[in-house]
Amino acid sequence: MAQDGKRERDRPWIMRTYSGHSTAAASNELYRTNLAKGQTGLSVAFDLPTQTGYDADDPLARGEVGKVGVPISHIGDMRALFDGIPLDQMNTSMTINATAVWLLSLYIATAEDQGVDPRVLRGTTQNDIIKEYLSRGTHIFPPAASMRLITDLITYTVDEVPKWNPINICSYHLQEAGATPTQELAYALVTAIGVLDAVKATGRIPEAEFGKVVGRISFFVNAGIRFVEELCKMRAFVELWDRVTQERYGVTDPKQRRFRYGVQVNSLGLTEQQPENNVIRIVLEMLAVTLSKDARARAIQLPAWNEALGLPRPWDQQWSLRTQQILAYETDLLEYDDLFTGSEVVKAHTQDLVESAWAEVQEVLKRGGAVEAVESGYIKQRLVESNAARLRAIEAGEQIVVGVNKFVESEPSPLTENLDEAILTVDPKVDADQRAALARWKETRDNDAVDKALAELQRVAKSDENMMVPSIAAAHAGVTTGEWANLLREVWGEYRAPTGVSGASVKTAATGANAETVARLRDRIHALEASMGRRPKMLVGKPGLDGHSNGAEQIAIKARDVGFDVVYEGIRVSPEQIVASALEEGVHLIGLSILSGSHLALVPEVMKRLRAAGLGDVPVVAGGIIPEADAERLRQEGVAAVYTPKDFELDNIMSDLIDLVDRQHAAE
Amino acid sequence: MPLSDIAEDAQQVMSANKAAVSRALNLVEDRRAESHARVAELLAALKDAPKAAGGHRVGLTGPPGVGKSTLTSVLARGLRLRDRTVGVVAVDPSSMRSGGSLLGDRARMSFDPTDNGLFVRSLATAGEVGGLAYAANSSVRVLGAAYDTVIIETTGVGQSEIDIVHVADTVVLVIQPGSGDVLQFLKAGIMEIPDILVVNKADQDELARRAVADLRGALRTAHAVGAGGAQDGAWETPIVATSATKGSGIDELIAQLDAHRKHVETALLARRRRGEVQWTLDLFIRKHGEHGVSTLGGRRLLKARAERELDGGETPLSLCEQLSREYVAALGQTA
Ligand code: B12
Ligand SMILES: Nc1nc2c(ncn2[C@@H]2O[C@H](COP(=O)(O)OP(=O)(O)OP(=O)(O)O)[C@@H](O)[C@H]2O)c(=O)[nH]1
Ligand SMILES: [Mg+2]
Repeated sequence: MAQDGKRERDRPWIMRTYSGHSTAAASNELYRTNLAKGQTGLSVAFDLPTQTGYDADDPLARGEVGKVGVPISHIGDMRALFDGIPLDQMNTSMTINATAVWLLSLYIATAEDQGVDPRVLRGTTQNDIIKEYLSRGTHIFPPAASMRLITDLITYTVDEVPKWNPINICSYHLQEAGATPTQELAYALVTAIGVLDAVKATGRIPEAEFGKVVGRISFFVNAGIRFVEELCKMRAFVELWDRVTQERYGVTDPKQRRFRYGVQVNSLGLTEQQPENNVIRIVLEMLAVTLSKDARARAIQLPAWNEALGLPRPWDQQWSLRTQQILAYETDLLEYDDLFTGSEVVKAHTQDLVESAWAEVQEVLKRGGAVEAVESGYIKQRLVESNAARLRAIEAGEQIVVGVNKFVESEPSPLTENLDEAILTVDPKVDADQRAALARWKETRDNDAVDKALAELQRVAKSDENMMVPSIAAAHAGVTTGEWANLLREVWGEYRAPTGVSGASVKTAATGANAETVARLRDRIHALEASMGRRPKMLVGKPGLDGHSNGAEQIAIKARDVGFDVVYEGIRVSPEQIVASALEEGVHLIGLSILSGSHLALVPEVMKRLRAAGLGDVPVVAGGIIPEADAERLRQEGVAAVYTPKDFELDNIMSDLIDLVDRQHAAE
Repeated sequence: MPLSDIAEDAQQVMSANKAAVSRALNLVEDRRAESHARVAELLAALKDAPKAAGGHRVGLTGPPGVGKSTLTSVLARGLRLRDRTVGVVAVDPSSMRSGGSLLGDRARMSFDPTDNGLFVRSLATAGEVGGLAYAANSSVRVLGAAYDTVIIETTGVGQSEIDIVHVADTVVLVIQPGSGDVLQFLKAGIMEIPDILVVNKADQDELARRAVADLRGALRTAHAVGAGGAQDGAWETPIVATSATKGSGIDELIAQLDAHRKHVETALLARRRRGEVQWTLDLFIRKHGEHGVSTLGGRRLLKARAERELDGGETPLSLCEQLSREYVAALGQTA
């Protein structure tokens, strides 16, 4: 230690930018420039078809190929993605879950092709499928099968890829779905417990080695704008994980009990209005995970100022990277010991969180653990309730969001002068190109080898052997992502997760500032019911592979609370299914929610099918991340109204919806 | 729909045209007084539909979350594989505060959207009429005219377990392993004995076997104390273990459904009529109590009247509303 209490500077955390789009080649270029800018690790964003196990040529992939991430169908794509990037020197984080076993297999196979020994590979597969059911929505198989895939990956890497972080238990996505700090702590911990119990139950890890597995478990955490509380939350995580690993798993080595975590800071609170303010939010949120040396993040990736507008451009991501670099390299933060040791305030609040979270952990364990509480809908329901409470508080002005419900006046912003160009747009041609490339791949590969690899995969899937082994072989043989996943769909089936909306008890209406408005809306529905003979009925649909459910859930609940009968079938429903449901249910109104950017492909498709089914008269509205130019096109196609995040006053939306039903009824 | 189109639409319903079925279901939900005549005409036109008499109305009831919707989905798939067409009415509760509802059963059913032989309609209980939805009975009649099997999923709480008896030819009570309450209710005779008992979530053999054994015991005790239900003594309630998520036990369930349908064959129409009469009275009593009954001349008279008027095309709902009006008028006179 140097004089006057200053120390050697700590090594900064790993700095990443979550990125990938269009094609493997385009993403490869992006990664190289990012590394040149001083980024110290890679964070791969895959497109939704890859995440949910479809190739570009699958009908379910339409509109989604290359949009929100890179499409990786086979080892050729993976090679192109890391072309010129030596895998033995990289630390690669892959946000991949249901297909994690497969994508890691492609990565290992690519490394082997590069002549790299898998034992030196470093990086992370997210591989937390539990939170997919609760928030992120890219699950494929039923929970039991998912748990098996998770444990297969973990038990394989412990020996064969020992520096790999096989799973990132995610509380990040829980906060993005509305979780309170207590819920975030509790549900991440029960997930970790569920996973470790399952690993134990495989019997593949000798008792003495179990600490090694525990030591490989890492977390992916969120940090919201209440940054003092978030700081305490991180400290609570450290304490609780130490407790769980010691008491439940008997781990004696303190290093193996350490809470290791990466962070993406809160994006749910980033606003469409006055988006430049988001930079300040991001900085404050980053403080929560860096200030405490004793609970500091290992890796950080930040969203960009234009988060609520659409995908970030390279410049936007650069701004976020520079934010991290300034904190790490310009400030003196990394020169000090833990700043809060001895702080009674921090200690007390940390203890509060420890206790409330521990109580909720016990509640879930009492209900049979994480998997049971996913299947029964218990956790999802709690999240939906928290999110509803949050939105209600913002709508009522009880929770201040600058530029949204307070201090809303603004000079024209030079950043958003040309709004439609303030985001990254993906060339729609990407889709067709990827399909063509896939066809070429299938023609030129050795199809006998592929068949053999698939047969072996099927055999193992039905056994209790490790799926990694035949998956790596299949990767080398040229099997595609869709082939891998479809085969397993046949063996294990698919799963639709509980939506959490039916049972959610939500104090949205009867009390608070907006009670009167809500009463008026209810009266109008009542009057409409009397004049139409039936209560107004609405279908809330989520077409495509998009898993962003928050908006649809909250619209559905709110519509119920003003008196609509609401049909909501959850995420990932095809346009055909939406139209069939609209027809069978006899709805008066259809609301589509799309945040993944595929609205221009999917909304018109639903409209076309509605007309073909004789439902052309039923008003359709759309909501989500829809740039104004696209919104205009949708309105021209006949969409009655388009809503985006800036429309945070749900009461106003409801009023519009009632108008629409009213007008349609009057016209009949 | 004007009156003249109704006959045409009824034809379309009987040939399972989805748009027509949907319109007909919308119509029977319509509560406006001016719509009652058309509802009556529609139901009358559907009364002798060939599918109706040969069809099967299956009621699925049981506590929330036992897997009724998931089971409905796999059961429907099993029936479709046997080339039988299926209509589903899924009932969910309405919010007491707003009157609105979140109709969540559909989310748990997966089906082929291009299949013309499967139709699912969600209904809200809409408060005042208790467990089943306002239009449940009429909706079953519409779907029964279009499809071979009609499955009614109840909310599983409150009155629905009782109401379902009036609507279904076969009542299936779904429970899950370890549901002690149900056993107690059966033993104590609080709960009517269903036609078929399903132990769902029997994913693990051992648990399932134990649950089935427990239930057998409870049923024996229930019979011994002469608990209600047993509409005819010759039928012995079978117990079927299923796993809706794995799809196991479904063949056996279908076999038992078929067996029960056969068992009630000769008494089918009488059973349905009895159900409707009973439902009419129940609805009325729930609204106006015994005082309502005595004001309109007593139970026996009302029953006879219900039998007559239901034959004449009234539905339990329209008739109940008619009776309500008479009761209110009578009250006015005595006041
Ligand atoms: C929360 C969030 C998530 C959560 C979602 C949790 C959940 N269960 O919903 C998590 C962390 C899981 C997530 C994941 C991903 N996300 Co995200 N996410 C967001 C974020 C930050 C907020 C969205 C939100 O929930 N807002 C709150 C709700 C209430 O608002 P809303 O949905 O906008 O709804 C309002 C209106 O739009 C409208 N509305 C919406 N729908 C409807 C429907 C009807 C009928 C009506 C009337 C109105 C209406 O009314 C609502 C009330 O105001 C946005 C950025 C942002 N700030 O908007 C990115 C964002 C949507 N995500 C994005 C991406 C790319 C992803 C990923 C695909 C990344 C990846 N490659 O893996 C993943 C995968 C998700 C998947 N399976 O599809 C992009 C989409 C880019 C695009 N459109 O081009 C965004 C825009 C971020 C960005 N700038 O890159 N995400
Ligand atoms: N393990 C297991 N879970 C099941 C089975 N059947 C249903 N479930 C799960 O139980 C939960 C509830 O299933 P639903 O089909 O919605 O139950 P329900 O009885 O229709 O529920 P309500 O309509 O809300 O009363 C879901 O998470 C299902 O996946 C089964 O056989 N085994
Ligand atoms: Mg149900």
